[in-house]
Amino acid sequence: MTKMNFNFMGYRRITALVSSVFVLISVISLFARGLDLGLDFTSGTSVRLSFAQSVNINDINSKLASAGYEEAVVVSFGSDRDIRVILGVDESIEQEDQASQAVEVGERIAALLQSDNQSEVVLLGSDYVSAKVGTELAEQGGLGMLVALAIITVYIAIRFQFKFSVGAVVALGHDLVITLGIFSLTGMEFNLNTLAAMLAIIGYSLNDTIVVSDRIRENFRRMRKGSPLEMVNASLNQTFSRTIVTSFTTLLVLFSILLVGGDSTEGFAIALIIGVLIGTYSSIYVASNVILLMNVTREDLMLPIKEDPELDDIP
Amino acid sequence: MLNKYPMWKNLLVLLIVLLGFVYAIPNLYPDDEAVQVNSELGLITEIDLERATTALEAAQLDFFGANINDNGLLLRFSSVEEQLRGKTALEEAFGQNYIVALNLAPTTPNWLQAIGAGKMNLGLDLQGGVHFLMEVDMESAVERRMRDNLSNIRTILREERIRSRGLTLNTSTHLQARFASASERSEARSALVTNFPDLQFQNNEQGDFFVLDLRLPEEAIVQIQRDTLAANRTTLLNRVDALGVSEPTVQQQGADRIVVELPGVQDPAQAIRILQRIATLEFHLEAGLGASSLSYEVFDYLGQQISVDNDVILQGDRISNVRSSLDQNGLPQVQISLDAQGGNQMNRVTRDNVGRLMDILLIETKSRNVESFDESGNPVEQAEFYEEKRLISHARINSALGRQFVITGLSTREANDLSLLISSGSLAAPMTIVEQSVIGPSMGQDNLNKGLLGVQVAAFAVILFMIGYYRIFGLAANLALVMNILLIFAIMSSIIPATLTLPGIVGIVLTVGMAVDANVLIFTRVREEIADGSPPQRAIDSGYDRAFTTILDANLTTFLVAMVLFAIGSGPVKGFAITLMIGIITSVFTAVVGTRALVNVIYGGRNVKQLSIGGVSTLPAEQKIS
Repeated sequence: MTKMNFNFMGYRRITALVSSVFVLISVISLFARGLDLGLDFTSGTSVRLSFAQSVNINDINSKLASAGYEEAVVVSFGSDRDIRVILGVDESIEQEDQASQAVEVGERIAALLQSDNQSEVVLLGSDYVSAKVGTELAEQGGLGMLVALAIITVYIAIRFQFKFSVGAVVALGHDLVITLGIFSLTGMEFNLNTLAAMLAIIGYSLNDTIVVSDRIRENFRRMRKGSPLEMVNASLNQTFSRTIVTSFTTLLVLFSILLVGGDSTEGFAIALIIGVLIGTYSSIYVASNVILLMNVTREDLMLPIKEDPELDDIP
Repeated sequence: MLNKYPMWKNLLVLLIVLLGFVYAIPNLYPDDEAVQVNSELGLITEIDLERATTALEAAQLDFFGANINDNGLLLRFSSVEEQLRGKTALEEAFGQNYIVALNLAPTTPNWLQAIGAGKMNLGLDLQGGVHFLMEVDMESAVERRMRDNLSNIRTILREERIRSRGLTLNTSTHLQARFASASERSEARSALVTNFPDLQFQNNEQGDFFVLDLRLPEEAIVQIQRDTLAANRTTLLNRVDALGVSEPTVQQQGADRIVVELPGVQDPAQAIRILQRIATLEFHLEAGLGASSLSYEVFDYLGQQISVDNDVILQGDRISNVRSSLDQNGLPQVQISLDAQGGNQMNRVTRDNVGRLMDILLIETKSRNVESFDESGNPVEQAEFYEEKRLISHARINSALGRQFVITGLSTREANDLSLLISSGSLAAPMTIVEQSVIGPSMGQDNLNKGLLGVQVAAFAVILFMIGYYRIFGLAANLALVMNILLIFAIMSSIIPATLTLPGIVGIVLTVGMAVDANVLIFTRVREEIADGSPPQRAIDSGYDRAFTTILDANLTTFLVAMVLFAIGSGPVKGFAITLMIGIITSVFTAVVGTRALVNVIYGGRNVKQLSIGGVSTLPAEQKIS
């Protein structure tokens, strides 16, 4: 077998540019367009209805508008026979009564759509969601990410070196910002499921970056000659097959969920697929690039006095 | 010798797999549809059992396994339809003093139950039902306490003949009393300080006035919130009982919220009506001997019939605090504090009745469905509300009681229960529903089926790929993967009784994808070693060895992230973090120790020429062409 020897870092400038552009576009979009927040973050009532035959969303929209629900958003879910009607908060109702009103609103809408429709309408359920909970969870998630980043920085600085901490954190930020940017640009709904996916992306991206960093550390300690660039290149080549195989199995799983998991898990799967693709790219290009930019040297990784026993058993 | 595990290590792996298998088994036994009958008055007896079987036989229903257990009378049915008809038949047969609830009865064999193996609980999204998130109005709970304090201070100052120039509640945690002179203020301060240990006192000057500021410190606020939440939870638990739901969840979430999950309930409107009612409490004297039968009502108390006088001494809204504690002799007691007016009322009645018994009644509004007929003579079901009174305490008055008194002679548990019941009828604060969702039973089943299908398809795809790519080693990784899923199920159903939700299933599926990562790391290392010319046994050994640092670093960092999310998050964020942590531990174990044991069994301790790991030639190094 010929050993793989691809000059990954030969493309470091162009990929750095591409990454920067993507991050920039994402940030601009996040500021300008924001995210299309789901009910979890906006409050409101969601009414789920199922029709016996397929329905036209536009018809439903106009029917609802003529009955006074101009603000209602109608989306289909699962199949073309199931729809979700999303209503904002009715300001005329006291906050305490919103939840009990949701039930009646659902019944009213079901009756309205049934009235001149031959096919039977079944009310699957009507939910009232308060943004309080979602916002709080998003805050927790955000705070969690920050604390996690701080702890990871310290951990990597101890186990590796501070330059690797910067690399890992930049890679993580890169992945999250671009994933969010894609959500913002495409207008896909951002809800609690997507938030959970963001948390999972942290885990995945970190895992990937650490594996590569680990190999870079090992090569710096083992290889007596070669420039940092060459050593990083060698490390990327050595870990490449693992990077691809793991991403592949994870994607295999995510596509299975996307195909058979149904509507409820769709958002989660899509967010993670995007995250895994970007995470794979960033583990090769972003973290290593940052480490090289910071002029990592062999001395950075030399063990202080005595060799690490774990690495001592190499023949 | 290389690649030979000592016997104990092999046995350990085997034992863990076996335990994982045993504790995951209960999930294979589907539950029976069942109906459970409980009496509100006392124990279920053989007579009730007979009444139930007669009623069901009369209705020609297919039931089996009728028996009496710790939770009441349990009857199993062959299908959901039979179960629903059975419930109606039983409700008719037993009447209103019984609770008839739909339930699911486990079919797990006894020996499994005996070792604590159980099924994984399914979340509402997987079995259908109503979910509420209630928020308790803490602001008003705190303010109410301070209003009580205000009126008590007024009374005390009047009794002590100290003139104040104004007593106001400035904010919900800040009281202010003004005096004309410093001496009046210091008199007031010494009179009040012993009565209000919870408050912080501070002297201030304001223009010509001498001001005494009384503030509720943070610890006291936290304590009030904690008590209020517990009281509201108890209230909700009592309410939920009335709904006849088999396995309700009433759980505290964060500092001021309570999650109520009612599996199987499909009518949120009725549930809301019932959940939002607040219980009340009444203090009565026991009826004297020879009292007219019109002047008392008879209640059951621990199997005794007690006649309770109709006159109300005072109501629950006069109670300002209840807690169970230990007296100076270390015996459990329930301490009750009343507001000033309540204290006066209590004192007036009790000073003339020392030696008599005092009773506390808890009054709850419940609802039941009654069938009536509309104008056209069709039967309609309607919810009807009725009050249910329960005698919760029956104790002798030892002396004239005032604003503070204690109930003694209870066990620790009785004291806790009593204080919770009293607070549910007095301290519960208003609640608002901040989130409500209904998941239909078919939708729940659909979610469950699709989620499980997702797990199966994903596992199958990964397994195929691993065998194709890594051959025999892939097989070992696959066995480890199955073992991993088994262990996750075992831990989630028996060790940490977690609730399986849709995000939880997705978490497990994701673990499936990522769990093979450790094996991929190991196997690529082994391949590298072979490509570098190491003999097979050496390659296996150093492959595992050198991949281990990487696996440790990668998983430890991810585990740290999960720990942070667990510490900071609540609800779904916490749930996700738990699944992630369990997954990391089990996958590192199965991927590193598990596959090593398998590989050792397959290749260890013998002369191996070639490894079946796919992708690389295992010819000796010198013949390699590069």
